[in-house]
Amino acid sequence: MSEITPDLVRHLASLSRILVTDDEVEKLAGELGVIVDSVATVNKAVSGDVVPTSHPIPMSNVFREDEVAPSLTQEQALSGAADSAEGRFKVAAILDED
Amino acid sequence: MAKEPLMDFEEAIERFEVVIGLEVHVELNTKSKMFCGCANVFGNEPNTNVCPICLGLPGALPAVNKKAVESSIAIGLALGCEIAPNGRFARKNYFYPDLAKNFQTSQYDEPIAFEGKLDVEISDGQVFEVLIERAHMEEDAGKLTHVGGATGRIQGAEYSLVDFNRAGVPLVEIVTKPVFGAGANAPELAGAYVRNIRDIVKAMDVSDAKMERGNVRCDANVSLRPKGQEKLGTRTETKNVNSIRSVENAVRYEIQRQAHILAGGGSITQETRHWHEDRGYTSAGRPKSDADDYRYFPEPDLVPVQPANSWIEEIRESLPENPQQRRKRLGNDWGFSELEFRDVVNGDLLDLVEATVAAGTTPQAARKWWTGELSRQANAMELSTSELAIAPDQVATIQKLIDAGDLTDRMAREVVAGVIAGEGTPEQVIEKRGLKVVTDEGALIAAIDEALKQQPDVLEKIREGKVQAAGAVIGAVMKAMGGQVDAARVRELILERAGS
Repeated sequence: MSEITPDLVRHLASLSRILVTDDEVEKLAGELGVIVDSVATVNKAVSGDVVPTSHPIPMSNVFREDEVAPSLTQEQALSGAADSAEGRFKVAAILDED
Repeated sequence: MAKEPLMDFEEAIERFEVVIGLEVHVELNTKSKMFCGCANVFGNEPNTNVCPICLGLPGALPAVNKKAVESSIAIGLALGCEIAPNGRFARKNYFYPDLAKNFQTSQYDEPIAFEGKLDVEISDGQVFEVLIERAHMEEDAGKLTHVGGATGRIQGAEYSLVDFNRAGVPLVEIVTKPVFGAGANAPELAGAYVRNIRDIVKAMDVSDAKMERGNVRCDANVSLRPKGQEKLGTRTETKNVNSIRSVENAVRYEIQRQAHILAGGGSITQETRHWHEDRGYTSAGRPKSDADDYRYFPEPDLVPVQPANSWIEEIRESLPENPQQRRKRLGNDWGFSELEFRDVVNGDLLDLVEATVAAGTTPQAARKWWTGELSRQANAMELSTSELAIAPDQVATIQKLIDAGDLTDRMAREVVAGVIAGEGTPEQVIEKRGLKVVTDEGALIAAIDEALKQQPDVLEKIREGKVQAAGAVIGAVMKAMGGQVDAARVRELILERAGS
């Protein structure tokens, strides 16, 4: 059984800026534990000398030349924003970081 | 919030060992962004250099800018680093509106460059070897403007506005290993290190390197430990310090602040802090996240960077002279006193003086112009000296006119002012303002005679040995001729008149 404690769930929730109730914390701790344990079974199938895969095809050095391509207009850029002002995306003030 | 209690700096150094660690972010001056083709330019209308990739819209696929990789390798090599045969990008996950993707594309356990070192000389000639842990590639974040609240700062803001023009601009983050043993020199060393990095990336032309624009930014880690203790103390990280002087001041402040807390039996909170240059203190930001909190994982949309040795060597060949070595060479060539040379270096005037000398002045003449009159003009206009609208070859032209006796020093300053004011080339300013030394001796003698008439006792005084009495007459002549005369020649003529 993995160690997904209620405190860890609360910490993850705060990193993700998701508000969770105490009931949800208990429930999520159990569910996340099951998920992590399930994924961990992969470890049984591979030995230590298998290189982790982050990309399905063995490729490298896919580069783009340093050339400027057209950007969106300001109107286009902001068209999907929930709110905007002065040509900028408008978001709720978030304290504690700068 | 305000200044916290501080321990006297000397006492703090006496009681604690200072350990610093520096993270310098260098914005690269590529034409386009790190992962998309949006222009990498400063100062455009907000959200006009953005696209689905740097806005993190669903389905957008990034592609790595080759030039940015090349510049990153070059920076690594200039810092004596190894270049990783296999580098990979990683997602650094955090939720903050300065990046729309909810992660920053960065590098984690496979940075492009690692294990380097930089020798940093401070003003008393001591050289410290600063070990570089790594230099990695990442992208810059957007710019937030906090609106509302009394101070316009984040505290009390009602909402924030986001401009993503800077999001995705290529950055190289250079991280040092902990630096021990600098003691009382730690603040100066921190500043000198940042200056060295800035000079290097500027000389390499991989960054515009303007600290005031945030092209080079420093996060300064400071911790203290009682002397003799092995274990490192808890550190604070002062973020985004944007000038060399601020780096020095922020490090000094943190040493004094932490020393006061530790001496009183308290403990340091591991946190980020913000530096307030105007009032000279740091204030607490957020508690520092651990690397785990960022839940790094390999970026699945980008493939590894595996630079060929031939490419690395090609880049190594193209590196310019190390700025510190260049300073040494120029210092020898120019023959300035230590103080004179330091003024040139500290004023960021090496390039300008070198170009002026190349245009045909003596090193001393070039130095005097740039550290003197031109620095004064720049200060008055709140510009950096390199931003003044006068070119080194124009300064050289003006100096040559002085040497030829065509301009007095005072007139030369007027020409300089005219050029800076946009009145044209030195020749055009001279023409427009009618600046020409009066070499017509007849006119000079007439003016002298006129002045002597007003002050008839002067010649008598000179004959009695009071040569300084000539000064009043020289002044009157200068005034009468609109300053366009050679004061030394006037003096000679007066003394001749006195028959001495």
